[in-house]
Amino acid sequence: MSEIPGDLKFLKSHEWARVEDDGLIRVGISDHAQAQLGDLVYVELPEVGASIHTGHGVAVVESVKAASDIYSPVSGEIVEVNESLSDKPETINEDAYGEGWIFLVRASDRSELDELLDVNAYEELVDSEDH
Amino acid sequence: MTEKTVLNAAHRALGARMVDFGGWDMPINYGSQIEEHHAVRRDAGMFDVSHMTVLDLHGPRTREFLRHVLANSVDKLKVVGKALYACMLNEQGGVIDDLIVYFFDEAHFRLVVNAATRAKDLAWIERQAKAFGVEVRERPDFAMIAVQGPTARGKVLGLLHEVDRPRIEKLGKFAAAAAQGPHGMPLFVARTGYTGEDGFEILLPNEHAVPLWEALLAAAVVPCGLGARDTLRLEAGMNLYGQDMDETVSPWEANLGWTVALDEGRDFIGRAALEKQKAAGVQRTMIGVVLDDKGVLRHGQKVLTANGEGEILSGSFSPTLNKAIGFARVPAGAAGDIRVDIRARELPLRQVKYPFVRDGKPCEGI
Repeated sequence: MSEIPGDLKFLKSHEWARVEDDGLIRVGISDHAQAQLGDLVYVELPEVGASIHTGHGVAVVESVKAASDIYSPVSGEIVEVNESLSDKPETINEDAYGEGWIFLVRASDRSELDELLDVNAYEELVDSEDH
Repeated sequence: MTEKTVLNAAHRALGARMVDFGGWDMPINYGSQIEEHHAVRRDAGMFDVSHMTVLDLHGPRTREFLRHVLANSVDKLKVVGKALYACMLNEQGGVIDDLIVYFFDEAHFRLVVNAATRAKDLAWIERQAKAFGVEVRERPDFAMIAVQGPTARGKVLGLLHEVDRPRIEKLGKFAAAAAQGPHGMPLFVARTGYTGEDGFEILLPNEHAVPLWEALLAAAVVPCGLGARDTLRLEAGMNLYGQDMDETVSPWEANLGWTVALDEGRDFIGRAALEKQKAAGVQRTMIGVVLDDKGVLRHGQKVLTANGEGEILSGSFSPTLNKAIGFARVPAGAAGDIRVDIRARELPLRQVKYPFVRDGKPCEGI
């Protein structure tokens, strides 16, 4: 599995969050999650401008085998979505922490970020799931 | 307790992602399911299908027993080694399982049935076999490797003892014969499969399975998981038991009418119910559908037609067509405007004649 960038934080459900320089939160799924799902063939993206809440499905990724809801690590408003995934969902398989990002959020309550797992805690979670 | 085939360690050594499949620890893929799918369509791939149940039937009245218990007619099996696809029905005409039967001699036939239905199949067959004095012997001592794809037969032939090669090369479709593999290992080679490509399914004693697997790897046959097997068989228009038919569905309702032989004077289990259903008019039918919009068809999605609701049976993304395909069971006569409900959105479905893919290429009209 590829090295996890140190600036990421995670949900237990395997989404990552990265605070960008402009304060917006970029969201994707972990490399572990894409490997579990297998070849991705479809991504259902949210609408730009949509209001989202933690604990609710925001996007859907589908592999050949199954569909999986994507949750947002923070509440707020969708300001951008990764349109290139519509034609190339496999980008998530190839580069989960980079080009395979899914949406960008303007957080309404940044303290929600404190609830997320850091890289070490997330790696422990993945290890415990594998055994 | 999860069961393991004799190739389990070989799968793990290749980095397979393992999943529980009907109580068996089986490889779903070895990396990319889509690449494995293409390997079978374009070259050659192999599947460990040792989880399937092999039953040998012995006794002088075995053919008579199979006439009674199968909806297809074993009287089509006249030549030694010939195979037949058949459904085993209950009294209501529902499908207990689909299987392949091989003819060895009048006192010996072999069945290969699904892994997930093993217990109920065995109970049913043993119960019915008693009246015919047929002995049912399970063969857990056999492993099974399916080698499939346009170059699959050539690659297997290269591993056989040279005296066997010409005979196995000439083996017709749905026929099987014994041959010697690497180091003289005894193989039962059948020209059958579940992918829509040419190839062989090879039964062999467990102790030879790893050496054969390794010889096939060395011959550049790509290991493929059960994920690719599912998309391959769906593209090829083949039913999956439990998804496309079960004990509440008759062969008429699962597009398996071609496997029912209403030959004169043969009183097989379920026949009366099938004839009654046919005379009254079959209410539900199974159709092939393509989703031209983006999205993926999945088992259980609701299908809407002018004649009422139906549902998606097998549904998946087709790697060859690069869009979703599936089977749907809908009210008979439903045509024209057919839609599927995916997460509360209605998308149009296009009804097509399947198979969707044959010999590596999309079929006409798909």
